[in-house]
Amino acid sequence: MKFSTSAKLFFGAMAVMGTLAPGIAGAQSVAVTSIVEHPALDALKDGVKQALTEGGYTEDKGLKWQFQTAQGNTAIAAQIARKFVGDQPDVIVAIATPSAQAVVAATKTIPVVYAAVTDPVAAQLVKSMEPSGTNVTGVSDSLALEKQVELIKKVVPAAKRVGMVYNPGEANSVVVVKQMRELLPKNGMSLVEATAARTVDVGAAARSLVGKVDVIYTNTDNNVVSAYESLVKVGTDAKIPLIASDTDSVKRGAIAALGVNYHDLGIQTGKMVIKILKGQAPGTLASETSDKLELYVNPGAAQKQGVTLSDALIKSATQVVK
Amino acid sequence: MSIYSLWGALEIGLIFGLVALGVLISFRILRFPDLTVDGSFPLGGAVAATLISAGMDPFTSTLVATLAGAFAGSITGWLNVKLKIMDLLASILMMIALYSINLRIMGRPNVPLISDPTVFTVLQPEGLSDYIARPMILLVLVVVVKFALDWYFATQTGLAMRATGSNPRMARSQGVATGRAVLAGMAISNALCALGGALFAQSQGGADISMGIGTIVIGLAAVIVGESIMPSRKMMIATLAVIIGAVLYRFFIALALNIDFIGLQAQDLNLVTAVLVTIALVIPLVRKRLRGKTGGR
Repeated sequence: MKFSTSAKLFFGAMAVMGTLAPGIAGAQSVAVTSIVEHPALDALKDGVKQALTEGGYTEDKGLKWQFQTAQGNTAIAAQIARKFVGDQPDVIVAIATPSAQAVVAATKTIPVVYAAVTDPVAAQLVKSMEPSGTNVTGVSDSLALEKQVELIKKVVPAAKRVGMVYNPGEANSVVVVKQMRELLPKNGMSLVEATAARTVDVGAAARSLVGKVDVIYTNTDNNVVSAYESLVKVGTDAKIPLIASDTDSVKRGAIAALGVNYHDLGIQTGKMVIKILKGQAPGTLASETSDKLELYVNPGAAQKQGVTLSDALIKSATQVVK
Repeated sequence: MSIYSLWGALEIGLIFGLVALGVLISFRILRFPDLTVDGSFPLGGAVAATLISAGMDPFTSTLVATLAGAFAGSITGWLNVKLKIMDLLASILMMIALYSINLRIMGRPNVPLISDPTVFTVLQPEGLSDYIARPMILLVLVVVVKFALDWYFATQTGLAMRATGSNPRMARSQGVATGRAVLAGMAISNALCALGGALFAQSQGGADISMGIGTIVIGLAAVIVGESIMPSRKMMIATLAVIIGAVLYRFFIALALNIDFIGLQAQDLNLVTAVLVTIALVIPLVRKRLRGKTGGR
């Protein structure tokens, strides 16, 4: 947006007045920050904007929208948080754990809606998934892992040993691995882990699983998703079926994925933002998880990785990748 | 730019001022290209956050974090001095080792401190907002550290360390134990970085394994910006200059975050920061040239 300094001061003053007299039409503003930019997080951000547009909040009608990315740097995330607190928007949307923590540490008053945080309780953003009573609420992208285990069973009914490749430095992945470690034995299966601290390690980590596992399951680990092709190569060469958690990976060679659509997650987040803009206190809104899951299957990849998908599974899919 | 942005830039700038002092010791005084910093900064954060969330009081936790940094730095020094591994490689080895060590210490990639006591919440005077109190507390601490370093580098061991950096052969011929000087210098340097990391974690709501990425780059930028705006061979001015450099660097980022005209977008942030720093570095040169002309050579 193009503002002269005096106009900025003016709007700054307006924002202050806006907080004193809530409900002034046209003074509403939403500030969005993300730790990095990548396809899933960008889709989420666009979803938020779409929900706002559909709800009648557009820049033409006076909504002030701003987006800042920390470019992967936590110190910049902290500075963005301070800038937002100074700008006094009506709602701050914080995407991914480090950005959300920086914002929550910087303000106890401005409403904060987090998004794409797998475990908001462990990240101390909220005490529980119930209404927090504070200025924080949001949408988690955690997956109900029971459903993931069901999918593994449907794709590879004989699977006993499940391999996972993940980055030990990614909070979201560590949460999933920890839960899987407890969940799989209950289903008569065991977990075999292989870590990849960098994207270039993904292929080697997958190769280390050859002969030790019947199927490889991956979560939305940023390293793994970035280098999914190297996983596909191992899966095809060694005839190990691959199951992912994001639908895009199915197009790249996974057999199946039951995943959150990040654009829909953004819309869900945006609806929450609208509730707060309309006057609801964030502390009265419970944290949400995704209500929509999509199943993508890839029969061609299944054949290459040595399994045949049941017709029932193919029929239940949201999309069949040819 | 809002007042919050400015206080925030000062706060984070002062924290990186500690890192800049550490980098000044390794790169400038010892002439040891030390990348350990990228590991010792999150090491400080990891140790402090883990201990605090385990219930230890924040001051002891911060002290232990600082000592952990000193230990890491002395291992880098030891790899170089005793095992004769090239300085840059020794620091790279220590940096990558610390990634795993930090994960081990934290037990997970992210340890939040949002609801725990920190040195800032304990020291915060009543009636002063936290966004002002934190930079004030940091200012006092950084000034104390600066004068402590100034004092140290005027003592015999401090002077021996400076001699080791500028001319090791001469220093040895004067009876300086150069190996020990390198070890001590690296320990002090990385202790300061870890202290910075410990305070960063406490002011930003927690430690994250990714918090070390690019620390050395920011530290070096602070040192170079500081040196070019306040060039001096005096230790007292050099330490002041790098702190100012670190704070200035954060102000440039705050400024870049507020530049939203001529079609610049969020992803242009690093580019804008780079351009602003370049301008800051060129100004003294331009001024010198102009002065040279009016002086009538």
